[in-house]
Amino acid sequence: MATLSPRPAPAKTGTGLKGGSIGDTGYAPIQLENLSHNYGNRQALDALTFTVEPAEIFGLLGPNGSGKTTLFRILSTLMVPSGGHAKIQGFDVAREPNKVRQQIGIVFQAKSVDVKLTVAENLKHQGHLYGLSGSKLNARIQEVLSRVGLSDRTKDYVETLSGGMQRRVELAKGLIHAPSVLLLDEPSTGLDPGARRDLWQYLKMLRDDERVSILVTTHLMEEAEHCDRLAILNEGKLVALGSPFDLKSAIGGDVVLFETASEDGAAKLAKRMAEQFEVQAVVLGRTVRLERPDGHRFITGVVEAFPGEIEGVSVAKPSLEDVFIQRTGHRFWAEAKEEE
Amino acid sequence: MATMTATAPRTANTSSPGVLLPAYSLWVREIVRFYRQKARVVGVIASPLLFWIVLGSGFAHSFSSGDSHSNSGHYLAYFFPGSVVMIVLFTAIFSMMSLITDRNEGFLLSVLASPASRSAIVLGKVLGGATLAAIQGIIFLAFGPLVGAHLSPEAIGLSALVIVLISFELTALGFAIAWPMDSTQAFHAVINLLLIPLWLGSGALFPVNSASGWLRFCMLLNPLTYGVEALRSSLFPGTQTAFPMQVNLAVTVVFCLLTFGASWAIVNRRTNRPAA
Repeated sequence: MATLSPRPAPAKTGTGLKGGSIGDTGYAPIQLENLSHNYGNRQALDALTFTVEPAEIFGLLGPNGSGKTTLFRILSTLMVPSGGHAKIQGFDVAREPNKVRQQIGIVFQAKSVDVKLTVAENLKHQGHLYGLSGSKLNARIQEVLSRVGLSDRTKDYVETLSGGMQRRVELAKGLIHAPSVLLLDEPSTGLDPGARRDLWQYLKMLRDDERVSILVTTHLMEEAEHCDRLAILNEGKLVALGSPFDLKSAIGGDVVLFETASEDGAAKLAKRMAEQFEVQAVVLGRTVRLERPDGHRFITGVVEAFPGEIEGVSVAKPSLEDVFIQRTGHRFWAEAKEEE
Repeated sequence: MATMTATAPRTANTSSPGVLLPAYSLWVREIVRFYRQKARVVGVIASPLLFWIVLGSGFAHSFSSGDSHSNSGHYLAYFFPGSVVMIVLFTAIFSMMSLITDRNEGFLLSVLASPASRSAIVLGKVLGGATLAAIQGIIFLAFGPLVGAHLSPEAIGLSALVIVLISFELTALGFAIAWPMDSTQAFHAVINLLLIPLWLGSGALFPVNSASGWLRFCMLLNPLTYGVEALRSSLFPGTQTAFPMQVNLAVTVVFCLLTFGASWAIVNRRTNRPAA
């Protein structure tokens, strides 16, 4: 899978094409610098600093309430951050929103197409909003529709299309002005597995063929695996940054889980294991979790040392959820803690 | 776009869309959407027709008893300009309700996140709604001759102008009210509390001169009164109105400017709240 391969090497640049007045001047398409936001007393984003490189698919992974949506709204110029800066293609999202808007294509999680209009009418309208018109716009509509495989549905009302096809119209809408940065909010919501696979194939094609930088928010681990690099958010803070492969490798070895009969049992087991085996274990409900380079051998030792206390054991290669647990000390889906 | 190679430009090549193209696009959408929803078209024409005939015939009897030279035909004629304004009001209300659904469905989000200016949004939406309202109102003029309106070319032209102005002011007012709202229920409350009373107290049902005290005072403050009066004078040139045509037209134009200005200001106001 693509997750294991390195990012595509940046293509040779400096070709000085007419459209790219800014060209490759070395800055990243998306730059965050100490970006913060709060709603009243609640800190939704806490001093985020990272960049998204040219032509990469960058994932924003986090549970609900982690700040993904807030960040997405700030990047799509719908909200002004309360602190720090976010720049897209060098333009500040708060100070030069219209410059930013010309650069970005957005696919919202909510439906933004007008179902009473046809597919072509929706795209025509979207093109007008971006200053495209006439034959140039018509050509672009044909091109985008053939890219998303909807050429034969041009004259259909959007309300007659299936959910998956409507998402493709959304994507076509976001791409009508050939943006250099594409922002997608939970793009696979409501898509069946086949449609999901198509979507990711298409995003990779955009990245490789048109060198679009793509930022995707998601709360799905398996989706995050498709990204070139990931930022993992928790309670508004950046807890991990890197390729899925690097993040998982950093855990080192195997993830070992011991199931016990009760939460007390788990706490007791963790404490005694810490004393006897000198390991750092995390208690997650009735489960004790730790990382070991030699998982299999370690299990035998533990099970023999504490007979009767362990109800189940598993050893696995680390997943992105393990990365999340390691960095935050709680499960991905655990209730967000009240602010301390 | 023939070559989709790795050397494609890295920054998007779009220019600023200006105000007119996005506004035009929103205007077209408003009209296309309306005529695709047949129930809306029927409702907006049929309900004022029903009101006009039922209310007009009903009131005609109660009014005629006190007035010596009045008969039922007279009241239907009196009520006619008010009915036209009611159509305009209904159409304006319905098209501005679409602003709230646009917001809730996410359509507005994609407009707000585009480089189209906020002014284009007001202009497109208000002109779209006003066009629909004016078309419906002007169509209703066809019933005028039934109640003795003398439709000379000048009368039609003048009436159409007044209808366009009323359509514009009511749509712009609706826009200013609907923009900050996120539920159509709340908008219904405003309709019942503000827009319907605005119509009731505009001289649509009974003449300003027949009212007295606070009611008359309120009616004189009501900007819609002047629109209804202007329409009445242009349809029935002989009738007595409270003010001359110039005053009626001037007040209506000023109210158009005020309501559009309010909409414009509300949309362009700087806010830290989420845009949608």
